[in-house]
Amino acid sequence: MKRIALLGMPNTGKSTLFNRMTGGAARVGNWPGITVELLSGKILLGSDMVEIIDLPGIYDLHGFSDDEQVVRHFLHDNVPDLALVIINATQIERQMSLLLQLKQLNMNVVVLLNMADEARKYGISIDSKKMSELLGMPIFLVSGKYGTGYPEALQAVTKALRYPTPGMAEQLRSQLEQDVHIETEMARVLRHAVQIPAQLPENLTEKLDRVMLHPWLGLPIFFGIMYLLFQAIFLLGQPLQGWVGDALGWLREAALDPAFAGLPAWLSGLLLDGIYNGVATVAAFVPLIVLFFLFMAMVEDSGYLSRAAFLMDALMARLGLDGRGFVMLLMGFGCNVPALMGTRVMRSRAMRLLTMLVIPFSLCSARLQVFVFITAALFSPGVAPLVLFSLYLFSFAAAILTALLFKGKFRNNEPFVLELPPYRFPTAYQIVMRGWLEIQHFLRRATKFIIAGVVLVWLLTNLPPSAATAGPDTLAGIIGAWLHPIFAPIGINEQLTIALIFGFVAKEIVIGSLAVIYGLSGEALGGALGQQLDWVQAYSFMLFTLIYTPCLSAIATLRSESKNLGYTLFSIGWSLALAWLVSFAFYQGARTLGY
Amino acid sequence: MAALLNSSIIMPGITLAALHPGDTATIVAIHAEEALHQRLLALGFRSGKQIELIRKAGFSGPLQVRIGTTDILLRRSEAAKITVCQGAVGT
Repeated sequence: MKRIALLGMPNTGKSTLFNRMTGGAARVGNWPGITVELLSGKILLGSDMVEIIDLPGIYDLHGFSDDEQVVRHFLHDNVPDLALVIINATQIERQMSLLLQLKQLNMNVVVLLNMADEARKYGISIDSKKMSELLGMPIFLVSGKYGTGYPEALQAVTKALRYPTPGMAEQLRSQLEQDVHIETEMARVLRHAVQIPAQLPENLTEKLDRVMLHPWLGLPIFFGIMYLLFQAIFLLGQPLQGWVGDALGWLREAALDPAFAGLPAWLSGLLLDGIYNGVATVAAFVPLIVLFFLFMAMVEDSGYLSRAAFLMDALMARLGLDGRGFVMLLMGFGCNVPALMGTRVMRSRAMRLLTMLVIPFSLCSARLQVFVFITAALFSPGVAPLVLFSLYLFSFAAAILTALLFKGKFRNNEPFVLELPPYRFPTAYQIVMRGWLEIQHFLRRATKFIIAGVVLVWLLTNLPPSAATAGPDTLAGIIGAWLHPIFAPIGINEQLTIALIFGFVAKEIVIGSLAVIYGLSGEALGGALGQQLDWVQAYSFMLFTLIYTPCLSAIATLRSESKNLGYTLFSIGWSLALAWLVSFAFYQGARTLGY
Repeated sequence: MAALLNSSIIMPGITLAALHPGDTATIVAIHAEEALHQRLLALGFRSGKQIELIRKAGFSGPLQVRIGTTDILLRRSEAAKITVCQGAVGT
C-alpha cells in the first residue's frame, strides 16, 4: 500500500485536514524507528487504498525538539511515497523554509496552502501557479475548515502517487545544512509569488487580546473562564454520569442477574460483582471525558490555550512547569484522567512527565464524594465546608511541593517559545471529531487494565470462599491486618484500610466498600463511622485518600501516556509515601496537641 | 550623518527584554544555544528582521512579540539572548 506523510508546522490546521481526509476513521499505530504512536488512516484514492500518516507538527527538519526528532526518524526509516505538506498561508513568508528543506530531500511533494480564507482576510495574495512554477511542485490553496480547494488537491495527490518516489538521500543532515541557500531561494519565490501588506489591518484578535491579556483583567478573566468550563462540564456531566450508571445498573437487574442465576455463586459473583460492576464504574466516566474533550477542543482550537500559558507562565516557571500545565492542573479537579491525557499539548517530554506527576494531586470529583460523605458524618454543618476547603488547600500544596521537589529531576531544556495563533472559531465538526478520537483512545487503553484490577479486588475480598465478603478472614482482611502496623500510626483502622485498597481501583467505590464492610448503608453507615472514629482519625483518612493514587483509570492513563512503567511506579510510590507522611504528621501532631 | 552617529551612540546593543510594549526594533544578533537558536530561526527570528513588542505579562512573565504576520510568546530570559537595535534600521 502506498503511504502519504502529512507534514507541516504547528498551527497549520494539519490535524483538521487529516480528520477531514480520513473521516475520523483513524487508528493509532507504532512505526519503526520511533517510540511515539502516530495516527494513521486508510482512504480510497482513485482505485487504490492509500495510508495517510499524521506526523507531529514541526518547525524545522533539523530541529532538536522531541517532535522534530520523531519526524526525522520516521522519514528516515519509513520513506513515504508522497509528502503532503500543509502550510499556513497567513505565515507563508516564514513557513516556506520547511518546504524548501523538504524539496532538498528529493521526495514526492504536494503542497497545500491551508487557511486560504484567513490569508485573504489579511490581504495576503498568493499566486499559487507562479509559486508552483518557481518551486517545481504542485501547490494548492485550500481551506481545511470549510473544505474548499480540496477536490483539486486530492486529484493532484492521486496523480503524484502514480510516479515512484525519487528516493531519499541517506545523509539527511548534511543535505539539510544549507540554510544560506534556503534563505535566498525563499526570498526569490516570495518576491515573485506573494504579496503581503506592510501593515496588517487591526483585527478581531488584537481587540480581544487587549481585554483577554490585559495586565490586570487577564488573570481574573482566565479564572472566570476556567470556572465556567469546570462548572459546565460537571453540570452537564454529572447527570449523564448518573444516567449511564443507572442504565447499567438496570441492565444488570433486568437482564444479567436472571441470566446468570444458574451459574455457581462464585462465578456469577466474579462476573457481576467483579467484572461488570467494575467496568460499569469506569463506563460512567465516559460522559465526563467526552464533555471534557469537547470543551478542551474548543479552548485549544480557539487559540485561548496559548493565552492561558502567557498569563500563568510567571508562576508556573518557578515550579519548573509552564502555563499550559496550570490549565491541566485545574482540569484535574474535575477528573484526573482527561487532564493527564490533555498534557499531550506539551512538546517537551520532561515537562509533560513533571506535569503528569503533579496532576494526580488535584482533588477530583470522585474524591470529593468521599469527603462530602465523611465530613457530613463527622463534622458539624458549620465546620464541614471549612474542612472541605482545607482539603482543596492540601491538594494545591501537594502539587506545588511535588513540582518543587522534582523539577530538578525532570529538567527540560525546551525553551518556552510559543506561537500565539489568532483566535479562531472551531467548527462543530472539528470539535466532535476530536472528542470521538479521544474517547476511542481512552476506552481501548483503559479497559484491559481496569478489568484486571477489578477482578483482583473481587478475588481479594472473596477468597477464601468460606469467609464473609470483605470480612477479616478474606485475603483483603488479612492484608488489612498485615498492613495494620503501617496504618496504625496514622490512625486508620483495619476496616478503613480495606476501603483504601478498594479506593485504589476507584474512589467512587470507597463509600460503597465501607457499606459492605460495615454491613450498613447511607445514614446508618455515617452514624457507625461517627461512633467509631474521632475527627482526627477521619481527617487523617481523608488526607490519605486525597494524596494517594487517584484510581486505576488514572494509573492506566499514566502508564499509557508516559509509556514508561518505571515512571508510573515512581508516581504511585511517591504519592503513597507523601500520603503517609502528611497523614502521619497530621495525626501524630494533633494527638500530641491533645486532640 | 548626524542621525547615524546619534543612533549608534544612543542605541548600542540592547536586548529584546529591555524593550517596552509598542516599541519596534531590528534584530541584531541571537546569542542562543543551538536548540533555542533553531527554534527561533524557524519562528522567523533573523538578524535584520523587524520585531515589535506587543505586551509583557505581569509578575515578570513572558513577552508577546510580532515578526511579520506571526505573534510569538517567549520568556524574558530567552528574550535577553536577542540583541536588538531600536529605530528603523535597514528598512
